[in-house]
Amino acid sequence: MLMKVVEIENLTVDYQGILALDKVNFSVESKDFLGIIGPNGAGKTTLFSCMLGLLNNYKGEIRFFGTSIKKSKKYLGQIGYVPQKPAFEKNFPATISEVVGMGLTKNSKKDKIDEVLQKVWLHELSHRRIGDLSGGQQQRVFIAKALVNDPQILILDEPVTGIDSQSKELFYQILLDLNQKENITIIWSSHDLDAVAKLASKVACLNRTLFFHGISEEFFHNEDLLKMYSESSMQMHMHHHED
Amino acid sequence: MVFEILSYGFMHRALISGIAIALMCSIVGLFLVLRRYSLFGDALAHAAFGGIAAGLFFGIYPIWVAFGVSVSSALGLTKIRQKFQISGDATVAILLSSGLAVGVVLISLSGGFTVDIFSFLFGSILLVSLENTILILGLAGSILIIILLLYRQLVYTTFNEEQAKVSGIPVEKLNYLLVTIAGITVVSSMQLVGILLISSLIVIPNVTAMLFSRGFKQTAILSMTFAVSSVVTGILASYTFNIAPGGMIVLISIVIFSVSLGIKSAGLIKNKTIIPSIKQV
Repeated sequence: MLMKVVEIENLTVDYQGILALDKVNFSVESKDFLGIIGPNGAGKTTLFSCMLGLLNNYKGEIRFFGTSIKKSKKYLGQIGYVPQKPAFEKNFPATISEVVGMGLTKNSKKDKIDEVLQKVWLHELSHRRIGDLSGGQQQRVFIAKALVNDPQILILDEPVTGIDSQSKELFYQILLDLNQKENITIIWSSHDLDAVAKLASKVACLNRTLFFHGISEEFFHNEDLLKMYSESSMQMHMHHHED
Repeated sequence: MVFEILSYGFMHRALISGIAIALMCSIVGLFLVLRRYSLFGDALAHAAFGGIAAGLFFGIYPIWVAFGVSVSSALGLTKIRQKFQISGDATVAILLSSGLAVGVVLISLSGGFTVDIFSFLFGSILLVSLENTILILGLAGSILIIILLLYRQLVYTTFNEEQAKVSGIPVEKLNYLLVTIAGITVVSSMQLVGILLISSLIVIPNVTAMLFSRGFKQTAILSMTFAVSSVVTGILASYTFNIAPGGMIVLISIVIFSVSLGIKSAGLIKNKTIIPSIKQV
């Protein structure tokens, strides 16, 4: 039986009377490739913020490797995080090597930078300024940075938003390789149902509450679940417009 | 001529203090500029002016009061920005005008000070004492060591605070440390260029360096080179031509910036890589 690396129990986040997450329960097993889907405002980024220790005023329990994240922040050393679109000054004077090196801990070896850049096919551009790269290339740099400390889990928050389709394909191939060849557990939120159906081994459907969590095929081959998901997304869409 | 100038004791003190201040301002300034805090140094300098006036008014050594006011203003400003979500430029404007207002009120209450307030406003590096030279060297050395020790964390926090937090870096503590260092840097630099010209030392060498460099280390080294060159040339020229050193130093740094802009726009130097690119994906 595979080890549970993440356990979420009754996770509830209340933003001044508005429930962003309502009693969310699920777990992630080692080597899972979990796709978290849900419309805008469904609580995906809030969920990640709680998991990454950026948001602390939640109810419920989050455990990484069996330990509550409220008790210890050591788990962060085992996690690589790729945000939606990292905000940084366009003219920030940092080379790709320097950006990847920011993720290094004291004990890491500097040759790890070249190693992870090779994994994302950017080793020949390591002396370029980060702001000179395309959006797709920048996201690959952030994957490399997330990998530099050999994490067991990679968390990606809608990482391909605004990226062209060719770059997306390469990005997805890198994720598959990391999961299948290097056994890295991947937790990835996305709007792209086709990509999730193709890549993820498991799916979590979130719309403030979790209404499905299980094997990917079970979700994508179930007409009722898909219908429920699209209706729920539509309601959320309408709700946003009313707001 | 140059050898004669360099034989004077006051010139040794001025050059040693000036170089220490140039190194300190350029490296601290790089972090401030990249965080869009370019005018933060100016605001702290104006707050320090209030401290100088208070020190003179109450008969306390003004530089110590200026250190206290500048550092507490830096910490207070950061706290206010975090707690009340007031925009950075608005808080800078508030601090800038309140420091100046306190200074002006205290000066008029005292009927004018016997000490030349202009030396604080426009700098007087050629008059720097041995004690102050040692103080400046000690502060600059300590600040450079702190920055070297926390280099990666400071660069990471400046690049992206959220990602730095996820990596377990104590971002808030580092932010408070950086503004404290900025407060100390500003007061230490007052004797070189004066309150009114401090932000130029913090901003201009860094903006010039960023025109040419690709990486952070490269930018820091270039910025320190530009800052030290401006300060040394400015001090020597100011003595030779009997001109105020503060203004001379700033003008030279502006000349270096303008020439750099010219070189850059003429396309003589590019800050892009010369390594052949692989297929762009």
